[in-house]
Amino acid sequence: MIAIIDYKMGNLRSVENALHRLGAEYQVTADPDVIRRADRVLLPGVGNAAEAMENLKAARLPEVICSLRRPVLGICVGMQVMCRHSEEGDAECIGLFDSHVKRFVPTPEEKVPHVGWNQIGNLEKKLFKGIEGGSFVYYVHSYYAELCPDTIATTRHGLLFSAALKYENFYGTQFHPEKSGDTGERILRNFLEL
Amino acid sequence: MVAKRIIPCLDVKDGRTVKGINFVGLRDVGDAVELGQHYAREGADELVYLDISATREGRNTFTRLVERISDGINIPFTVGGGISTIDDAARLLDAGADKISVNSAAIRNPQLIDDIATRYGRQFVVCAIDARLEADGLWHATTHGGTQSTDKELFSWAKEAEDRGAGEILFTSMNHDGTRSGYPCDTFARLAETLNIPIIASGGAGSAADIAEVLTAGRADAALAASIFHFGEISIGDLKRDLREQGITVRL
Repeated sequence: MIAIIDYKMGNLRSVENALHRLGAEYQVTADPDVIRRADRVLLPGVGNAAEAMENLKAARLPEVICSLRRPVLGICVGMQVMCRHSEEGDAECIGLFDSHVKRFVPTPEEKVPHVGWNQIGNLEKKLFKGIEGGSFVYYVHSYYAELCPDTIATTRHGLLFSAALKYENFYGTQFHPEKSGDTGERILRNFLEL
Repeated sequence: MVAKRIIPCLDVKDGRTVKGINFVGLRDVGDAVELGQHYAREGADELVYLDISATREGRNTFTRLVERISDGINIPFTVGGGISTIDDAARLLDAGADKISVNSAAIRNPQLIDDIATRYGRQFVVCAIDARLEADGLWHATTHGGTQSTDKELFSWAKEAEDRGAGEILFTSMNHDGTRSGYPCDTFARLAETLNIPIIASGGAGSAADIAEVLTAGRADAALAASIFHFGEISIGDLKRDLREQGITVRL
């Protein structure tokens, strides 16, 4: 069973539907016991990182997440809150990934938010098994995680940033695999098969 | 580099897509999910579903349809048409929409943009502007499908919408919409100078060359079209290959 953590950060339906299309069993929950028992844990999230951290702390979830030993995948803001710190609301985050989250600076060529399909490169081999470098995935965000030793995929939007991160059993993608067409479905399937 | 996006727009009335021909292999071109899946397979980067129902029943049918779209389609989609309160936006978000577009209601009540963006994030809010170049030399935003002119001027209104929290601007020139004579690229380029957020160009595409021009000279980030796709005149796959040959970054 897969636990989708519900911490009141945006809509979970897209993630649910993506798992449904893959034929996976899932449960939307904020219950620490259910999360601890799950085979896989997804931490989605859309919105403000500081608010996301507040909600996680209010539900006593940061320590639950850190205690997990099975694969965990944070998506978008779900990934950002697994980093050390976010400039968005000057939020101290969970600190699993050794990265800081910063705001993009808009230029005439690089708009903010970074919306749309962009290419991933420098791919790690497990989460991105079967995915070619240069494949397109879907992004919607204004803040990015800096490159760090945990970076397992990169994307360029003016500067190069962490498209995905990995530390032990913890994974994160800045892009939305649940909205990234066939490429995204493959990445989610890879996560389920880790 | 972020790819330029190609976005088919599907009009929905009482839960069924209107306009359009039967593509090969499609059982029911009126089924919004099936038609959306067809475009997604062809390489559409996003979809826009516009509810043109006039009745409450039609609206409710649309919400149930959005749930089916969200379950059946693995690319992002925006829904619009008749969104005038934060409750309308919440209902469509809960049904699985990735973004909503506001138009007339935001002109009447600009605070609507702030309210939706504050609660759900600016990535969720597309501000659609239907504007017409009038005799006074200004682009006036219009409401009710272009039938009513307002005193809101395109560039200042677009900037205001950005400042209030819109994540993207969808601009349709009512002088060009339906003419198939191309986009007003100078106006799009000036809009790009004015804004930091992405711009979706709509209204006027008659050919692949028109779309290429608005994505380059017009500096638009995405092109939205309806009839050239629905009538099968240009397939999205061919269009994107054509754009790539011209050196435009697209997802293929």
